[in-house]
Amino acid sequence: MAPDQIVFWVFAPVSVGSAVAMLFQRNAIHAALFLIVNFFTLAVFYLVLGAPFLFAVQIIVYAGAIMVLFLFVIMLLGVDREESLVERLRGQRPLAIVLGLGMAVEIFVTARASLGLARGPADFDQTVNVGGNAQALSRVLFRAYFLPFEVTSILLIVAAIAAMVLAQRRERTTAEAAHEAEAA
Amino acid sequence: MKTPISYFVVLSAMLFSIGTVGVLVRKNALVIFMSVELQLNAVNLALVAFSRLHGNLNGQVLAFFSMVVAAAEVVVGLAIIVNVYRRMHTANVDDASLLRW
Repeated sequence: MAPDQIVFWVFAPVSVGSAVAMLFQRNAIHAALFLIVNFFTLAVFYLVLGAPFLFAVQIIVYAGAIMVLFLFVIMLLGVDREESLVERLRGQRPLAIVLGLGMAVEIFVTARASLGLARGPADFDQTVNVGGNAQALSRVLFRAYFLPFEVTSILLIVAAIAAMVLAQRRERTTAEAAHEAEAA
Repeated sequence: MKTPISYFVVLSAMLFSIGTVGVLVRKNALVIFMSVELQLNAVNLALVAFSRLHGNLNGQVLAFFSMVVAAAEVVVGLAIIVNVYRRMHTANVDDASLLRW
């Protein structure tokens, strides 16, 4: 067994298991922690697939920044609330599980039929990751994908401003305050 | 690398399906949002796997962009959830049904 096969068969069950465990957690904090485990296993797969830069970005951005943001919001909203198990739509849960399984089987069959057991070029690190993955990736990013890269920066600024506007506590106008005083 | 690429694609499909079931089954807005993140990550894994299969870096660049977009999306989404919580005092998606006929 080649090293990458060992890594795959060790981490793939952990990855799927942590995702399923996330699904079954009643507590949002536990769900978030299982999701972090899942993100780490995905980072390992990126490393196996010859993407060490995305490995680092996955850990820094996802397991680090995004999950800290999630945990912060969970803390803000309170963690001790149990989820209600009342179903508004009858039969939604079984139907969701059946449809989810159906999609998994569908993609499985498609991947099996279209990819077979193709492995890609064996000398990926020599021919594609020339001079290192980060260098090769930046050559592609700053030449072929330069405009999307710049547009992305605009997107980030818009998102930051949107978050500030949304999170701002709206000040009550004097009319509203008068209305509330009247009602009281 | 001895592992066939389709193994990674199938793993990505499984994670995506688990995320889909999570979105459909769970009621807590935060957990639904985490399931969406799981779906985004599953697609990223497929992109990186395809990048390896085709022997170029376009897939990795696309996964990189999708991470940036996911970061922006998380910021705005969590701000919306916090706003809904402030107004309705609940993070349960069933309770936010003002637009329901």
